Amino acid sequence: MKRIKIKDHNELFQEKEYLEQFEKKKEFENPWPAEKVREVAEWTKTEEYQEKNFARKNIKINPVKACQPLGAIFCASGFEGTMPFVQGAQGCVAYFRSHLNRHFKEPMAAISTSMTEDAAVFGGLNNMLEGLRNSYALYNPKMLAVCTTCMAEVIGDDLNAYIRQAKDKDIIPRDLPVPFAHTPSFVGSHITGYDNMMKGILTTITEGKKGEPNGKINIIPGFDTYTGNYREVKRLLGIMGVDFTLLSDVSDVFDSPNTGEYKMYPGGTPLEEAADSVNATATIALQKYSTVKTMKYIEKEWGQEALVLPPMGVKNTDRFFDEISRITGKPVPQEIEDERGRAVDAMIDSHPYVHGKRFALTGDPDILLGLISFILEMGGLPAHIVCTNGDKRFAAAANALLSESPFGQEATVYTGKDMWHLRSLMFTDPVDILIGNSYAKFLWRDTGTPLVRIGFPIFDRHHLHRYPVIGYQGVLNMVNWIVNTVLDEMDRKTMNTTSFDVIR
Amino acid sequence: MSNAIKETQKIIDEVLEAYPEKTREDRAKHLAPNDPTGECSTCKVKSNVKSRPGVMTVRGCAYAGAKGVVWGPVKDQITVSHGPVGCGQYSWGARRNYYNGQTGIDTFGTMHITTDFQEKDIVYGGDKGLEAALLELKELFPLARGIGILSECPVGLIGDDIEAVSKNAEKDFGYPIVPVRCEGFRGVSQSLGHHIANDTIRDFVLGKGELKESTPYDVSLIGDYNIGGDAWASRKMLEEMGLRVIAQWTGDASVNELGIAHKSKLNLIHCYRSMNYICRHMEEKYGVPWTEFNFFGPTKIYQSIRKIASYFDDRIKENAEKLIEKYKPVMDAVIERYKPTLEDKKVMLYVGGLRPRHTIGAYEDLGMEVVAAGYEFGHDDDYKRTYPELKEGAVIMDDATLYEMEEFARRLRPDMVGSGIKEKYSYHKMGVPFRQMHSWDYSGPYHGFDGFPVFARDMDMTVNSPTWSLIRRKR
Repeated sequence: MKRIKIKDHNELFQEKEYLEQFEKKKEFENPWPAEKVREVAEWTKTEEYQEKNFARKNIKINPVKACQPLGAIFCASGFEGTMPFVQGAQGCVAYFRSHLNRHFKEPMAAISTSMTEDAAVFGGLNNMLEGLRNSYALYNPKMLAVCTTCMAEVIGDDLNAYIRQAKDKDIIPRDLPVPFAHTPSFVGSHITGYDNMMKGILTTITEGKKGEPNGKINIIPGFDTYTGNYREVKRLLGIMGVDFTLLSDVSDVFDSPNTGEYKMYPGGTPLEEAADSVNATATIALQKYSTVKTMKYIEKEWGQEALVLPPMGVKNTDRFFDEISRITGKPVPQEIEDERGRAVDAMIDSHPYVHGKRFALTGDPDILLGLISFILEMGGLPAHIVCTNGDKRFAAAANALLSESPFGQEATVYTGKDMWHLRSLMFTDPVDILIGNSYAKFLWRDTGTPLVRIGFPIFDRHHLHRYPVIGYQGVLNMVNWIVNTVLDEMDRKTMNTTSFDVIR
Repeated sequence: MSNAIKETQKIIDEVLEAYPEKTREDRAKHLAPNDPTGECSTCKVKSNVKSRPGVMTVRGCAYAGAKGVVWGPVKDQITVSHGPVGCGQYSWGARRNYYNGQTGIDTFGTMHITTDFQEKDIVYGGDKGLEAALLELKELFPLARGIGILSECPVGLIGDDIEAVSKNAEKDFGYPIVPVRCEGFRGVSQSLGHHIANDTIRDFVLGKGELKESTPYDVSLIGDYNIGGDAWASRKMLEEMGLRVIAQWTGDASVNELGIAHKSKLNLIHCYRSMNYICRHMEEKYGVPWTEFNFFGPTKIYQSIRKIASYFDDRIKENAEKLIEKYKPVMDAVIERYKPTLEDKKVMLYVGGLRPRHTIGAYEDLGMEVVAAGYEFGHDDDYKRTYPELKEGAVIMDDATLYEMEEFARRLRPDMVGSGIKEKYSYHKMGVPFRQMHSWDYSGPYHGFDGFPVFARDMDMTVNSPTWSLIRRKR
């Protein structure tokens, strides 16, 4: 076969004839003089600009959050045979599915009731009834988990009443679990939606199931988009011999084996097991801010010990195992202790490349708390911490954590701020490393700060979500990603100097 | 009725069986065996009507059409997603409509700017906040050439008057502030969003740009969002023909270009579905003729170049022939290289816009056959343009559901499927080679002489990847 050279966009548009085309096109663009563009670009890096930027109250620019229903359908997907069912306009579901598809590179099923103008006027009851009938017939779910979009919320659709009607009219079987959650996009963010849906599902599915204690513990991962984390929790608790229920287990849903067969429901928490969660000894959430209402509900209604134990970083992971050990009476096995030893060994070996390095961090509140904890353990200096969907309580928790360490003294926590605020901070007070999701690459480009991708969404790198960031293995992965990013950057900067070392 | 048509109808009937009665009756109108001659009365599909609730449509909404397709790719305008945070987040940088410029300084294409509605905005209205937001944007981005306000569902439902806010602000801003009423619940798909956005270009920008001098060879490239640089590859050919592209809508587009297209001698429309409205308007108001073209694959490129040249003098016509002469050997070499591994492979296409019909020729150039095609949000005129392009008995599917697509793939056994990100990974699990034909799967360009080699390479890597044969299929 004759070889031919194929140039795609990566090369093509750097070629002379295209560069000339771009130059010529400017004639019609009415562009600003290059000098003016440079001047404004420089101005955006100044303290003066930062002040203006931080003075804005009415507009978000590159915020780090999505909306409630995304979290709700993500949560729902983690239950066996469950179809996420969204009452509202249909574009939203197309967007949610695309967003999750792009992150996981996996299929994602969800239903919309395709509400349009007539529903805006008359309400969404008819859409709900027909939607339930069609999706039950066509996709054969064991559970339909209903949530809303902005539209259904603004017009005031009553999910509870609608679902009851559907059952009364025998549109869907009376015994089909149809939990629901109100998830307006103008309240909270995707983590709120996760919480609302988790509470909705648990409320529905455990109704009337209170009975003998089953001796198990429940684990609620929270809005956690690392399938590696789910597998890691299962592996670790397996090693410990703990009997547990993972509530919303998306590991197989968003990381199913390729068998040549597409399965719409490839895994998830078995519904029977989920129903029995009400009889567990305790419930442990691995995230705090995506499980607030759920944990309150469990503590109050189920009368269980409800603990938040996020296992990110060494100390957090230690605490996670200590508490599990306390609750279950099972000792932490040597195998896990050895993993800890290896993780700490790696941290000690690598610490010189992280110690004293300044970090900018952005992401969801729980990820940020985990990252702060880990970075402090490595001797890194968190500097700018930007959390668009963090509240006052998050800020207090982050500040408390930072104040406990001499390495936390340089940090400022910003809630409600976005990546355009962070851009200003990174210019006026530069850092060595940035940690954030794929959208943070715009900050990498603008400021030249090396980026470590941790969080959600990660669209532009493959398979990162398959690796855990929790437990001691998670510590190893974070050490790996961060240290090797520092070393890559060092190589790049010293490429043509005497410091271009082969052994580090 | 021919056998091919009968056979296909049988397949369609089988697939429809799973639906409840009412939905089955409705969906039956949207699925048909193709008849290129137009003689078979039942071989046409109904389109542009509401999706059934609960059937997993692939469609998006009016906001998606206005943001992703029409206004989003206008680079020096700030596009504000007015309403809650989600819509802007999910459409952020997803379309790959390439542009030149310094993002955040003089261009704003890959930014996500939103008024981030909170509950209080729903209760008290968002107009005041929007007014203040515009002032903040003016202060932070002094080199913007315009602001587009794209309203999300709640804005329309609570009755905010974004037009009044725009009108008020425009006086002080000195550039267009464009209110776009593209709430997601409007209409049945993205399609209405295109139309609404076109109307706002007409009302707020068209005719207001500056063009120093006109030439007899001025054309505008309309409806090419420059995915993976498509419009640049197209532009290159047009310029080589001696035409002057004065406006490129709406990929790598600037507000000024939107404002001068009416001075064209001819409008060249690529994505008919999303921008025919504005071409019709320019024809009526300014007398600018327009013509559709198709730059996918050499056969259609040659035809299109000649068609475009036919509107101009002999010099352009000669240039068109020279251009074909110059690139034919390159195109032949691509075909010679890739046809042997792609010949007789069957393709199923389900995409938005125009790609199902426009890429058929390119597949055929490589010896491939399109056995099924359909649109997310096509209208009757899209299907009319599609029937003659397809073989008899090919499946036509309008607003197909995930279920239907899966079932057709099982029965038609395509060697590859071309569709969007939402469909991609279920086909991967089924072991069916798949290419994203909205975004070129992060590749491109696919248009023009520079695009066809990339297209051919990508189809080959899709169909002939050894990874498919690693799947241990369940027996």
